[in-house]
Amino acid sequence: MTTDVDAGRRRFLTASVAVVGGVAAAGAAIPFVAAWQPSERARAIGAPIEVDISKMEPGQMLVEKWRGQPVWIVNRTPEVLQALPGIDDRLRDPESTQDQQPAYARNEFRSIKPELLVLIGICTHLGCSPIKVNQDAAPLGAGWQGGFFCPCHGSTFDYAGRVYAGVPAPTNLVVPPHKYLSDTRILIGADEGSA
Amino acid sequence: MKAMLTGLLDWTDARFPLSKLWNEHLANYYAPKNFNFWYYFGSLALLMLVIQIGSGIWLTMFYKPSAAEAFASVEYIMREVPMGWFIRYMHSTGGSFFFLVVYLHMFRGLMYGSYKNPRELLWILGMLIYLMMMVEGFFGYLLPWGQMSYWGAQVIISLFGALPFDLGDPLTLWIRGDYVIADATLNRFFALHVAAVPLALLALVAAHVMALHEVGSNNPDGIEIKKNKDANGIPRDGIPFHPYYTVKDIWGVAVCLILFAAVLFFAPTFFGYFIEQPNFVPANPLKTPEHIAPVWYFTPYYAILRAIPDKLTGVIAMFASVLVFFVLPWLDRNPIKSVRYRGPMFKILLGIFVITFIVLGYLGTQSPTVAGSELGFRLGELYFSFFLILWLHSKTRTASFNYTVLGIVAVLFVFFDAMRFDADKGMLMFVSSLLVIGYYVFFVLGSMYTKLNEPKPVPERVT
Repeated sequence: MTTDVDAGRRRFLTASVAVVGGVAAAGAAIPFVAAWQPSERARAIGAPIEVDISKMEPGQMLVEKWRGQPVWIVNRTPEVLQALPGIDDRLRDPESTQDQQPAYARNEFRSIKPELLVLIGICTHLGCSPIKVNQDAAPLGAGWQGGFFCPCHGSTFDYAGRVYAGVPAPTNLVVPPHKYLSDTRILIGADEGSA
Repeated sequence: MKAMLTGLLDWTDARFPLSKLWNEHLANYYAPKNFNFWYYFGSLALLMLVIQIGSGIWLTMFYKPSAAEAFASVEYIMREVPMGWFIRYMHSTGGSFFFLVVYLHMFRGLMYGSYKNPRELLWILGMLIYLMMMVEGFFGYLLPWGQMSYWGAQVIISLFGALPFDLGDPLTLWIRGDYVIADATLNRFFALHVAAVPLALLALVAAHVMALHEVGSNNPDGIEIKKNKDANGIPRDGIPFHPYYTVKDIWGVAVCLILFAAVLFFAPTFFGYFIEQPNFVPANPLKTPEHIAPVWYFTPYYAILRAIPDKLTGVIAMFASVLVFFVLPWLDRNPIKSVRYRGPMFKILLGIFVITFIVLGYLGTQSPTVAGSELGFRLGELYFSFFLILWLHSKTRTASFNYTVLGIVAVLFVFFDAMRFDADKGMLMFVSSLLVIGYYVFFVLGSMYTKLNEPKPVPERVT
């Protein structure tokens, strides 16, 4: 038993143990954090889906399920398409500058074929599913052109999924990656880039 | 027989501090003699915690935490498990009662300045308990896998999607463990609800009680009884917690349990406030219910979130409205603790805050309307203004200081209104702003030009 303590050495050893132990604890946290990522099964179920659109009438809307989310396919009538540019000044992002769609859907109609709109039916505010409200059905204020209305917090979107200004939702509805396998079949969840 | 029991106690005390703990926390813990009605709610909160743990353990014996089976297993508990309905309603009613009791407990703290020196840490530990309770309530509400469970969780998880720099989407994906709320989400929420959060809650409650017994209880006069001790070191205005307050608290427990049983037996869903009607419909990921609202104990904060027409700002304001309580001890530095000895203005200030909180809570349960959102926004401003005025009234301020604060607030609030200005509701915004203007005129100018904020002399001993 000696009384002369090498304080510097003790401090160094204490600090080294603390640092090494800290690194080990951080490393041990990795599997716990990683386990919360989607499992292989969830990823597999998230694979693309094929949708048959041969029977769609003008004005009709299909709701499909991809990755557990509603995906809308809307067959827009020529009148609806014509009315779209008329409300640009009431929208937050009429030119679709925000990255809410693949590059091939960054156009006037936010779609590959002008009439066929493909959207993820989840409000960009807090994730509720908006409902389609026709122009004549229930007027949402003067000059409602028809589109989508979120019942949770009152966000409104036009028939291209573009968000109106002054509502809680910050961005346009998301256009998922998709491509046409033929004239009557759409693949949702993958496009030329990824599949 | 008696000798044997004494012998057993001695044997134990030599090996475990049983008598020591009993004396420190009950028999020789001196609490102020002037506790009133408001001092029931601490022990009642403990009672609610015990009820929740007991009923919760029994529910896990029958509940199945999987998306395919959860809803049906809750119905199974309700209809087929003997007395299952009783245990389930005990748990759902208990959740709401727990919050009710804790809100009253917190109000007591606000009234009598129980968060002030030396009880800042006690207050923070209490706030951590409150935060954990909110987390616990949120996880628990997903478990029945009804429509409101599903979409409520969807809304709350989406809040984290508001994080900037592309952190939001990976974070929400990580929380859910799937691309939408799914089996993985339910399963992990179950684990957190029944194991992780209750453990944290118990540890925090223990720390809260230990901190309380270290600094000693506050009282309705806000006077420190430890400053006036007799020759034996016992506070002159203190009485042993046991038997005096244990007996008092048992009375409170009896009354509370009567009310609890009345709700449990006669109105277990409490008119859609304790269990919302859409939650009797199984979760459907493709269809949002017409109207989504969280359970009542979250709605004041939810109303603040909803009133702000910008996602990130709304989320920040909502979290800030909860977290601001943490810094309360450093905002309100007024040396007088109790409402009894602060001027009438403090009573009015606190009263308006309570009304604000309740009306916000009501708005949060209702469908969004233009007028409702506008009122929600103004009340949100008043909500935060409460803390500002508390800080301002911490000491006597000079006139120029008061006018500077008024000027800054005016600029800030006009800026908010300019940001969200909409010609369609210009008139509404103007009329509602009178509420805020009146508030500041009264509390700032009122404290300068009237005697309403004059404190009363604080007595030496508790009354």
